[in-house]
Amino acid sequence: MTTPGYGGLRAKAPNPQLNAQGKLQHLLDMEGLSHSQINEILDATASFIDINDQAVKKVGDLKGKTVANLFFEASTRTRTTFELAAKRLSADVLNINVGTSSTTKGESLLDMIKNLEAMQCDMFIVRHGDSGAAHFLAQHAAPHVSVVNAGDGQHAHPTQALLDMFTIRKHKEDFGKLTVAIVGDILHSRVARSDIHALNSLRTGEIRVVAPRSLMPPDVETLGVKPFYAMDQGIRGADVIIMLRLQKERMQGAFLPSEREYFRLYGLTQSRLQLARKDAIVMHPGPANRGVEIESQVADGPQSVILEQVTIGIAVRMAVLSTVMKNRQARS
Amino acid sequence: MSGTMNGKTLAILHGRLLDAETDRTADIYIENGCIAAVGASPRGFRADETIDAKGMIVCPGLIDLCARLREPGYEYKATIRGETRAAALSGITTLCIPPDTNPVIDEPAVVDLIQKRAQADDAAAVAVLGALTTRLEGAQLSEMATLKAAGCCGVSNALRPVTNNRVWYRALEYAATHELTLHVVPLDPALSANGVAHAGAVATRLGLPGIPVSAETVAIAQILALIEETGARVHFGRISSAAGAALIASAKERQLPVSADVALHQLLLNDTAIDGFDSQAHVIPPLRAERDRKALVAAVKSGAIDAICSDHQPHNLDAKQNPFPTTEAGISGLDTLLGLAWELAQREQIPQQRLIGALTDAPGRILKLQSGRIAQGLRADLCILSTDQAWTVEAQTLRSGGKNTPFTGMRLNARAVYTVIAGKLLHCNAD
Repeated sequence: MTTPGYGGLRAKAPNPQLNAQGKLQHLLDMEGLSHSQINEILDATASFIDINDQAVKKVGDLKGKTVANLFFEASTRTRTTFELAAKRLSADVLNINVGTSSTTKGESLLDMIKNLEAMQCDMFIVRHGDSGAAHFLAQHAAPHVSVVNAGDGQHAHPTQALLDMFTIRKHKEDFGKLTVAIVGDILHSRVARSDIHALNSLRTGEIRVVAPRSLMPPDVETLGVKPFYAMDQGIRGADVIIMLRLQKERMQGAFLPSEREYFRLYGLTQSRLQLARKDAIVMHPGPANRGVEIESQVADGPQSVILEQVTIGIAVRMAVLSTVMKNRQARS
Repeated sequence: MSGTMNGKTLAILHGRLLDAETDRTADIYIENGCIAAVGASPRGFRADETIDAKGMIVCPGLIDLCARLREPGYEYKATIRGETRAAALSGITTLCIPPDTNPVIDEPAVVDLIQKRAQADDAAAVAVLGALTTRLEGAQLSEMATLKAAGCCGVSNALRPVTNNRVWYRALEYAATHELTLHVVPLDPALSANGVAHAGAVATRLGLPGIPVSAETVAIAQILALIEETGARVHFGRISSAAGAALIASAKERQLPVSADVALHQLLLNDTAIDGFDSQAHVIPPLRAERDRKALVAAVKSGAIDAICSDHQPHNLDAKQNPFPTTEAGISGLDTLLGLAWELAQREQIPQQRLIGALTDAPGRILKLQSGRIAQGLRADLCILSTDQAWTVEAQTLRSGGKNTPFTGMRLNARAVYTVIAGKLLHCNAD
């Protein structure tokens, strides 16, 4: 006899990334985004890919807008693609590597964004080591400011998920008929969580997660996935294999004995890849640890779409920034 | 204990007396700070003040087994004066405080300082737990006998770890020698390290580092094994899981000298309360799964868990204004203890007498106090409450210095109207 709403004793908070019209005003998380909301961004991505192939790679969607890249965690690739995306949309871009600046002087996260708002920034692109950081900023940001999550702790990395979905959509026909295997450190992976939500929204046939129990989050089935603890069974018959990066510090935390044993059990090798479907594609959010989670022959092989993901990454981020800003302007 | 004897006499008439043993309508007569009679007026009694408690419930003043007052050391969050006064106006007459102040309570001078600041006849009395180890570092035993002589009613290491089992063993032996109850919050330090939420479906979805139930059960099982050999009396505080409650129940069946409490919020909320990264629901031990919550409610009903406490942790605003994992844990619970407990009893069909017992008699026994019941000769610590004047929880109107509550907006029916502390009458809602 569960009393309704008992867990929170309160009404469930509305999805903070949607405005009153149900349009995306922030991008914080894949959870709660519908099939059509995702497809809308993926369709916009396709048009931006064409622009990126032109000689003049610039459009005016964000002309006169100021975008602040707030990176509290080191990242070259994601920061660069966001910066390029914003610049190709004609925004003014402010890069702030917070790891090396203000919060070490005791400035709170809240003070910092209030100061940036006072400088008339229109959008914050945030990467932070704590899960929930992007939600926190969205809750406290001024009403005219949009927040785009570039990765928060172990929670979400929605633009990575969108580019993964675009890549899959490009190579495969119908999500409903696909088997997708996500392999590696599921426990600590924000990419895995966002991919899982997106794949579920797109009604993917079967979503598998493959990891040793020490890298599998508790009650993982509740995310709508099927857990596998052995690699061979996990990738057998898969159409898509998404390999995750293994952080070196996992050995210290007693999650794993060694990289060597990990590679032996969960590394994607050419011979293992034979277990998947013949036309299976291999994905990786990068940067890949060759010889730890993936063999070079596979990473550079014909089934790998890893570099393609990077190219799509810019267009996806252009689509996200443009969509969020458009919804803002439509409202005001 | 603070609270001077009050010279005035007081009569409380026509109230429904409710404590762990009685439920009847009767009058109470108070003289010299104590209950002079229940029922018929003592010969020659003349009341200086008379309260007509018709339609109201008269119960013992609430005894809260765990409340942080933040003084000394964290006065920017709350103060002894502010919190003991807030407690009194919410029907709480005694607060038991853990030793993790700054400086920690490992010296008689700190006990004296707290008792002096708490000395007021219009505020809740303070029962002090001394530190189990010096500076709560988990290595060297504190001067427990000296702390007891200074007025400490038990010892505890609060939420700080004692990682060496030899230290635990000796601490239990030594505390038992001095007949001091050890108050333990069972949480294995390694299994709970870095964790901010129950290791379950919600934490998995939100990507929050989890604290497994085994962090609690391992710690309980370990202490139980040491109790078997040392015979020390241990109070387990803030039980959070079904498995933890089951271990306590089986220890009681084996007649081990143990007792237990649960924080009220654990009986009302489960881990879905942190959805949306709501830092107001960030508590340690964490809110657990719905099946745990149900088992805890059942354990309170059966008596396996003796007492309900507020686990009051008032915070400044900034403490909760950060990404969830870096916010400070805790709920400001004094103002809402009575109202939420009453709501809980209604929703979960906990008999009212059992509920009041868990808030008064049981914690009184655990602290070995001469209060917690309504009987002739006992200290006149009482709460007179109405259950038909609904009020709404609003963070800003909490009297505690801490405005951190996840219960904002809830309608509650029960509320203290008068509190009597050692015979002195307080009007709770005079303002």
